[in-house]
Amino acid sequence: MTYRAEVFVTLKPVVNDPAGLTIKGGLHALGFDSVREVRAGKYLVLTLDADDEDQARSRVEEMTRQLLANAVIEDYRIELKVPSPSGGGQGGGLRT
Amino acid sequence: MNTGIVVFPGTWSDRDCAHALSDVLGQPARYVDHREERLDDLDLVILPGGFSYGDYLRCGAIARFAPVMEAVTDFANRGGLVLGICNGFQILQEARLLPGALLRNASCEFRCEWVNLRVEQCESAFTLDCRPGQVLRIPISHGEGNFFADPQTLEAIERNGQVVFRYCAPDGRVTAESNPNGSLGNIAGIANAHGNVVGLMPHPERACEDLLGSSDGLALFRSAIHALDRVAV
Repeated sequence: MTYRAEVFVTLKPVVNDPAGLTIKGGLHALGFDSVREVRAGKYLVLTLDADDEDQARSRVEEMTRQLLANAVIEDYRIELKVPSPSGGGQGGGLRT
Repeated sequence: MNTGIVVFPGTWSDRDCAHALSDVLGQPARYVDHREERLDDLDLVILPGGFSYGDYLRCGAIARFAPVMEAVTDFANRGGLVLGICNGFQILQEARLLPGALLRNASCEFRCEWVNLRVEQCESAFTLDCRPGQVLRIPISHGEGNFFADPQTLEAIERNGQVVFRYCAPDGRVTAESNPNGSLGNIAGIANAHGNVVGLMPHPERACEDLLGSSDGLALFRSAIHALDRVAV
């Protein structure tokens, strides 16, 4: 089965984020004064083969721990999209 | 002192290191390909600066899994001397051979300029020849050298005397103005607990000849030579 995993990697709240601060400054310069904070991060989309959803999830978890995120400075969140059973063949719909 | 200079795809300071070791100091040095698995012939391994693997994902994150890094880790754990410069420092942290991480510069700018470094401890293999408080003038060239560690780790690094270099004013005062990248505690370089592994953002190999503006960087390489002499005695 082919799965799609979305991995969101963000700096931990205690870690200063100069890029986020700069983006916030840009938004303020455009007049979006209501913005209190911007945190910039990474968004990775993985397409992978796995026997089932549990295996796909644990593999992506392992990949993220080993390489995609650095636990010293980053947090992560994984969203797995599994093939829809009613999708009916290739290109079938995905559900979260 | 037999030195190996590790070359990853995207490393750019390998030849500067070889020039400093071979031409200036007259020490044998060879390049080590990132796919090599044996470092038995070496006394010192240098991870030079650059943009290994394009700095993709995080600086040093991909290089950390290159085949040679397993050998570098074994070499370091056996007490071999390892120096990580700039991108090499980032790789050593990703490999967990040194604590902390290096974030984007607080200014969000790439900084290429001369800085002053205060030597904080003279027990590491790369500062044996220095005096405590000595100021070294060495250039930096990086966009992500903003040293970070969580409060517990930072406290431990400070307590154990693992801070080797701090950014400072020419007279040695550690000031906010002399911090080029926002590093916590003005930290420019640290050692592991044994002092045989050191990482720093500034480039000592680019400050080894007066013609280039400073020869203060020689102190690190000469210290390594003396560290090996000590072991040999």
